[in-house]
Amino acid sequence: MRKLALDDEILLRVEKPERYIGGEWNAVMKQPDNKMIRIAMCFPDVYEIGMSHLGIQILYDMFNRFGDVWCERVYSPWKDLDGIMRERGIPLFALESQDPVKKFDFIGITIQYEMCYANILQILELSGVTLRAEERGEDEPLVIGGGPCVCNPEPIASFFDLFYIGEGEVVYDELLQLYRKHRADSSDSTSALMSAGIEQTAGAGGRWKWGRLAFLREAARIPGIYVPQFYDCSYNEDGTLSDFHPAEEGIPAAVSRQLVLDFDAAPYPEKPVVPFLKATQDRVTLEIQRGCIRGCRFCQAGMIYRPLREKHLQHLKDLAARMLSSTGYEEISLTSLSSSDYDELNELLEYLIGICKEKGINISLPSLRIDAFSLDVMSKVQDVKKSSLTFAPEAGTQRMRNVINKGLTEEDILSGAAEAFTGGWNKVKLYFMLGLPGETEDDIRGIARLCEKIAECYYDTVPKEKRHGKVAITASSSFFVPKPFTPFQWAPMNREEEFLDKAHTVLSEVRAQLNQKSIRYTWHEADVSVLEGVLARGDRRLADVIEHAYRHGALFDAWSEFFSGEIWQEAFAACGLDPYFYTARERSTEELLPWDFLDMGISKSFLIREWKRAQEGRVTPNCRQACGGCGCREYGGGVCFTSAGTESRVSSDDAGSGEGGRLS
Amino acid sequence: MRIRVKFSKTGAMKYIGHLDVMRFFQKALRRADIPYALSGGFSPHMQMSFAAPLGVGKTTTGDYFDLDLSADMPAPEIGRRLNEQMTEGFSVLEVCEISEDKASKGMSQVAAADYTVFFADNEGFAEDCIRRYLDQPQILVMRKTKRREEMTDIRPWILSLSADEGAVHMRLSAGSVQNLKPELVVESLAEFTGKKISPFSFRINRDDILAAVKDGTGDRYVPLGAVGVHRV
Repeated sequence: MRKLALDDEILLRVEKPERYIGGEWNAVMKQPDNKMIRIAMCFPDVYEIGMSHLGIQILYDMFNRFGDVWCERVYSPWKDLDGIMRERGIPLFALESQDPVKKFDFIGITIQYEMCYANILQILELSGVTLRAEERGEDEPLVIGGGPCVCNPEPIASFFDLFYIGEGEVVYDELLQLYRKHRADSSDSTSALMSAGIEQTAGAGGRWKWGRLAFLREAARIPGIYVPQFYDCSYNEDGTLSDFHPAEEGIPAAVSRQLVLDFDAAPYPEKPVVPFLKATQDRVTLEIQRGCIRGCRFCQAGMIYRPLREKHLQHLKDLAARMLSSTGYEEISLTSLSSSDYDELNELLEYLIGICKEKGINISLPSLRIDAFSLDVMSKVQDVKKSSLTFAPEAGTQRMRNVINKGLTEEDILSGAAEAFTGGWNKVKLYFMLGLPGETEDDIRGIARLCEKIAECYYDTVPKEKRHGKVAITASSSFFVPKPFTPFQWAPMNREEEFLDKAHTVLSEVRAQLNQKSIRYTWHEADVSVLEGVLARGDRRLADVIEHAYRHGALFDAWSEFFSGEIWQEAFAACGLDPYFYTARERSTEELLPWDFLDMGISKSFLIREWKRAQEGRVTPNCRQACGGCGCREYGGGVCFTSAGTESRVSSDDAGSGEGGRLS
Repeated sequence: MRIRVKFSKTGAMKYIGHLDVMRFFQKALRRADIPYALSGGFSPHMQMSFAAPLGVGKTTTGDYFDLDLSADMPAPEIGRRLNEQMTEGFSVLEVCEISEDKASKGMSQVAAADYTVFFADNEGFAEDCIRRYLDQPQILVMRKTKRREEMTDIRPWILSLSADEGAVHMRLSAGSVQNLKPELVVESLAEFTGKKISPFSFRINRDDILAAVKDGTGDRYVPLGAVGVHRV
């Protein structure tokens, strides 16, 4: 029987001990020998959140396909256990083996949102790993980061030995091969010491044949691998970056994003780990495509996962059936950006309805464009009376939607809503953003007016005798955070008080509407959004701020009950940095941005062009209508080669050269 | 067809809460392709009922759930298939077919449960201590119910109590009417004998859940699994 790292007394004292015991269905157990490469794959948030993340499940499955690799899972201990571990000096352990993470070869950390940065330090510190990569000893694990936030890794660069830029399915093989070459022979390796239960002494034997730096130096040459300590930067007097370059010969000046072109051959977890606890996403997750054709200018995911690559229908059908039978989940959900754009969605859903119905398995639909087709599907798989329609107009006026290149028109929304109301729905959710570039008072009040139009649409469409009570409209605003590798990466971001003023303007406009009683309006926290903005577009100097905040109690910042704006304000003050330097000013397109050395496929000239078109309120067609010349056609796959759009371009003077501005 | 499944939950699985145990078995039943029946409605669910929930931290070697099937499947086949779907610590011990009438629902049959309490110091309680404890006319303890705390005489609910090396065995009233928790007995026994007990110095295993069967001499207790039609 597995021995647990925590004893009875601790496990019965903490909330939800199931978070820490491992042993779940489909968890991979291996017998470690002295050649085994041990990887701790970590999501720096609580178990239920981390277990819901598809990316980790993909990598977990991929790594464990190697006979000599054992990949295990690690999540942030919740605050109660965190305190106990610190008090008693209990080291952080991996769920499967329950072995201390400190003895592993790699700690892989997926970085999905900025508000988990403090938790990254928690993971390292509880593991007993030195926080700063440059100070780490020869025998400490290699800390590697990946995920969407690493398209600007600079604020957290000094905590990582390596970053993996792009989709994980591609070059880990190469990195592991390099590691096998570099690590010390098995007789004196860490794994041998570990399985013998001997405490390792620094230096003696050790992990390496030629040292840690020699490995990192060679790793830095693998495409997609970024080793921050081999790069130097300097700053201008005004605080902007003046120079960023490799610190030594042989280190590439640009690091290029890796991506999958053949999904049929790429690993996908057919046997995902099934938690005992109810995870946030407690279901089979089927990724139907990656990338997006839409080109919404605020959306980082829509830019950095280009081009759109659809998976084959037959492949998806096979995966769905296998994953349902290997997990026993009672629900399956489809995931992707803009799922309605998947070509054979109809066929896929029909197949799923067929295999799920008799077994009582639910299908949870992604947010679809509301039209006759999606309403028909929705009425088949959900209870119309209980479910709600979701629209994401993002902005209140057509002018603003043109600025952000959101294709959805008011007519689409109202005709979709009318159709849905006729079909029996009476709950509508609407998502908006406040603080978008060039926003006017009219755009802000437009949010409330659009809600009113939808409410009126309900009373106009549904005759009195057919109504099930009032229409219920829930509108919520998030505050716009400009992100790297989007056309808005140069845009100024609002300050907290501006955000809140705008939210109150919407609220008062809602109250002035005829159907105000049918409209509920909520908004996000402004201080969290501003911090997210700082960390998203920050530079290396922020590492000190993050460490200071962590040392003074920042942890689980993504949880509103734990977030403390004061801790962060003090950290900025202590480090002599102004958060608004990173958020509130409009950046010049000439400025050297901290993430410019990354080649995400999408060219800077395209982003500049889109930034200008946004300011002119001009929309850009989606990838299927016309190629916008973003630069991602270079990868040689995806929608760039499969749709009519590849034939036409957005007029040549407009589009310019897709390659211009690429660093590689 | 309705079946009754007897299972054990030991080792690290004792940290899995009751609702999650239910969810675990529902998933295992789907993986095992057992022909479970579904309720109607928009979100149809399995017709499954557990005899008695078990608190986090306790192990069991005799818990039960009943399940309605939509098609017949031999009980041994169900047991075999389910055991292929168990994580370490869960095990299906017995599957039997039971009658489908209302009165034979597991939950309503529960009258008592057997527990063994193991003490970390391996000392436990001496036989004569237990005899003196049981000889009391009344055993009053403060008992928390959903609504209030009240002094309750638990003596009538202790159906049997005995000790051997380092362990105490008890049969206690269980079910919806009179449900006595074993830790309450341990605490009151410790108080009676003056022994110091900390909450983590003992662990509890539920050995079986029992139904009361009337016969000439009064109530006789039989394991829920023995009430079935076809034993495995």
